[in-house]
Amino acid sequence: MAQNFTLDRREAVKALLVDRGDLLVVTGLGSSSYDVFDAGEHPGNFYLWGAMGGAAMVGLGIALARPERPVAVITGDGEQLMGIGSLLTIAAKKPANLTIAILDNGHFGETGMQVSHSGLGARLDVIATGAGLRSVTEITDIKGITDFRRKLQRIDDGPRLARIRIATGHLERALPPRDGAFLKNRFRENLGFPVS
Amino acid sequence: MDDVAIKDDARVGHGWPFQIYKTLKEFGVAQVSYVPDAGHAELIELSHGDRAIQTTVLTTEEEGVALSAGAWLGGDRAVLLMQSSGVGNCVNMFSLAASCRLPFLTLVTMRGEWAEFNPWQIPMGKATPQALEIMGVTVLRLERSEDAEEVISAAASLAFESDQQVAVLISQRMLGRKKWTETR
Repeated sequence: MAQNFTLDRREAVKALLVDRGDLLVVTGLGSSSYDVFDAGEHPGNFYLWGAMGGAAMVGLGIALARPERPVAVITGDGEQLMGIGSLLTIAAKKPANLTIAILDNGHFGETGMQVSHSGLGARLDVIATGAGLRSVTEITDIKGITDFRRKLQRIDDGPRLARIRIATGHLERALPPRDGAFLKNRFRENLGFPVS
Repeated sequence: MDDVAIKDDARVGHGWPFQIYKTLKEFGVAQVSYVPDAGHAELIELSHGDRAIQTTVLTTEEEGVALSAGAWLGGDRAVLLMQSSGVGNCVNMFSLAASCRLPFLTLVTMRGEWAEFNPWQIPMGKATPQALEIMGVTVLRLERSEDAEEVISAAASLAFESDQQVAVLISQRMLGRKKWTETR
């Protein structure tokens, strides 16, 4: 499959998270975590450094616990492919405040840029629709990002999924904190829960 | 408790599943996720009938490990219900709970350990306690229905008050021989 997408992932994620307001963000293992960290450190960010395939479900757990807050999962095609069943679970549960944003470059970027199933022809947008998600958006340029951005703030018409077609290419790593207990306590403290 | 779901259904009685449900309610559990198992059928039904609990059906068990992590991050207590065959599916995802020192509670109905008729259930059934323990999950056993409240209460305290990952293995002997109950 030809991959001719030009959207820079760092620019895309920065544009997505401008004026993020009350948005809570979970990131999938790998480059997505670096992108979100590079866009601006925030206590409402929870970065996964493992648990591949689990980002969307962590997002669902937060979304169900905090229905008054918008929640976004920002992950890669490889990470979402490993947890592809979670799209069915989220579609079945219908959390109105949850967005899944898949940064799709058709490759496993962390491990040597092997071509992923998406790069080999799998249509994550069609899979999401087939899973039962009614709001599915395909984004290929920065205008698409800025048009989609305001939807991230909605807590009444989700769940929604965006497949963001990004360029391949090397970027400097931007490494967020790795200590899971720190990230947990920071996230909960930001929501007003005591750290015991 | 006033807010427990009272179901007008012969399948939901006041036996051990109800005792588990009542104990989870006392601990403030607000999210339940599951891959269905006949042994959990009554608890699943009670959970679905309770508007104070968000009940989520999963496609595979490790989704529930990640869901429980998110629930806690958002301030909810969660429980994952599964059969012993699902424990193996969860192994890598348990590192999420361990790395973040997250409370995690799962109730596992056992297969492959007592009067099992299906040989394919034996390998994972035999490996279930070790599969949990190698990932640092504390294993408790519920062997007698009259101990349900005490064991679940102990497990919930360990999980939610001491930030531990805890599995309660519900013995196949207690569950009884598998009955074919496709119809409701």
